[in-house]
Amino acid sequence: MGYLLRRLAATLPVMAVVAVVVFLLIHLSPGDPAALIAGDLATADDIARLRVALGLDQPLWRQFGLWLGRLASGDLGTSIFTQVPVRELLAQRIEPTLSIAVLTMALTVAVAVPLGTLAAWRAGSWIDRAVMLFAVLAFSVPVFLVGYLLIFAFAVHWPWFPVQGYTRIADDPAAWLRGLVLPCINLALVYIALITRMTRATVLEVLHEDYIRTARAKGLGVLPVLGHALRNAAVPIATTVGVGIALLIGGVVVTETVFAIPGVGRLVVESVQRHDYPVIQSVLLISAAVYVLINLLIDLSYRLFDPRIVY
Amino acid sequence: MSTVPTPAVDGDDDDAPFAPPRLRWLRKHPTLVTGALLLVLIALASLAAPWLATHDPQDLDPLARMQPPSAEHWFGTDALGRDVYSRAVWGGRISLVVGLSVAVLATLVGTLIGLVAGFVRGADAWIMRIMDGLMAIPGILLAIALMAVTRASLTTVIVAITVPEVPRVARLVRSLALTLREQLFVEAAHAVGTRLPTILLRHVLPNTVAPLVVQATFVAAAAVLAEAVLSFLGVGVPPQVPSWGNMMAEGRNFVAVAFHVILYPGLLLAATVLAINLLGDGLRDALDPRLARQL
Repeated sequence: MGYLLRRLAATLPVMAVVAVVVFLLIHLSPGDPAALIAGDLATADDIARLRVALGLDQPLWRQFGLWLGRLASGDLGTSIFTQVPVRELLAQRIEPTLSIAVLTMALTVAVAVPLGTLAAWRAGSWIDRAVMLFAVLAFSVPVFLVGYLLIFAFAVHWPWFPVQGYTRIADDPAAWLRGLVLPCINLALVYIALITRMTRATVLEVLHEDYIRTARAKGLGVLPVLGHALRNAAVPIATTVGVGIALLIGGVVVTETVFAIPGVGRLVVESVQRHDYPVIQSVLLISAAVYVLINLLIDLSYRLFDPRIVY
Repeated sequence: MSTVPTPAVDGDDDDAPFAPPRLRWLRKHPTLVTGALLLVLIALASLAAPWLATHDPQDLDPLARMQPPSAEHWFGTDALGRDVYSRAVWGGRISLVVGLSVAVLATLVGTLIGLVAGFVRGADAWIMRIMDGLMAIPGILLAIALMAVTRASLTTVIVAITVPEVPRVARLVRSLALTLREQLFVEAAHAVGTRLPTILLRHVLPNTVAPLVVQATFVAAAAVLAEAVLSFLGVGVPPQVPSWGNMMAEGRNFVAVAFHVILYPGLLLAATVLAINLLGDGLRDALDPRLARQL
């Protein structure tokens, strides 16, 4: 319980730094933030009005205080471009992004952990080499190129999956899943490469331990031995899964663009083009919070993998 | 090397006993050699762009739009009738400049921050909390947001990609510094009254070089990809610059009719990142076997 509180408290300074960075973002620009938000076609009057409307005429610390206060009450601000509260905007866009993220994560763990274990078990064999080659290739090929190749092959040449777009799960669950197959494979590739490499490295290390040799010596089969190994390798693998969330969130932006999926990632890119800073700030803040939260949960789950860990 | 058959520890210890020592070292690290050769080839091709290009990369030819690859246009033409091959040859410069600049900048700034965190008691907690905060924001999102508040140029792209990479380097240097701080030779230098800057420069920094070089190659690879992603999303270097990312961004709307516009720059980009990644993997195995476990 003490550990839980301490671990929770440790996330506070991190989120505070995130808040300061996100707040200062529009003040970092060399020009006048009001002029930046107003865009190239604004008149001096427009800019002046906007400055007052957004509270940009107040001292910086006061702006920060007001902004934090509104955040604390759950108010993420209003989109400058659409005049819709950012919360509503995000609520409309969250379903596709969440669907992609969760399915990709499931796909990644389902593929990467067995693949990495196999590579470690057969270290040095052609299977191992093939897996490692795949990993280094997946790290090197741009996500969007793979995306278009997937579309070309499995949506245009063999029309098994829709080319682009998104169907809501409430409208048609089967179409929802079919539409997400290619985006999720696309996004998962980099993530699979990362987790596979980490799994291979840690399992390989564990396989050299004495208790593994004992287990094999007493005639335990391959699968139970690998099970032992995997369980002992679980903590570093889980840590990598958590750190990789940042990669996943970044990748969603690209995947949504390639597959024309109206999610939060598209929203960010559209907002950058529209100079819609409240939206950009909110997405940054929320992604960081998600990253911190998931890593917190993973930290707390270590005990499930390894009962020796006592908080 | 002894001729007594000893059990090879890594399996690749003594397969060429008669090769000169230097060559043997190269043969022991095929990944490193492959990556380095590929990268040198790409760098030379980019430097020789004015001679290798068959057309002016900006020349429009409205009559020859979206042509498939031919003898006249090796990689075909894009939506404005520009020669994809010539643009791709020039585009390599942007990727390499971004990769190199980000690697150097992030390493310099990150090393400075990491050393201060590792050696100045009191500063450590503050600095690392700030680094943790920066790392909690997904790198590409932070870069996108930074591009949103600045005017697009090569410099702003480099800065926007560097900022999210700095904490990673700082973390590495700090952890190295914390270990080195306790080493006897650092304590000895401290005991005889050597000043901190001298200790850092003469005793600590040289011991961080190997892991830093490895880290810098991976930063470079990530930066080349990030530049392409930013351009692809329309928030990268200005559209008139022929970078591989921009070429692919422009080709995005014509994927179905002219896939070659995206394919060739994409393949070149992948080859470049692959070369840097192979170089990094090779360097890691060659310079620091302990690091090899940490990805």
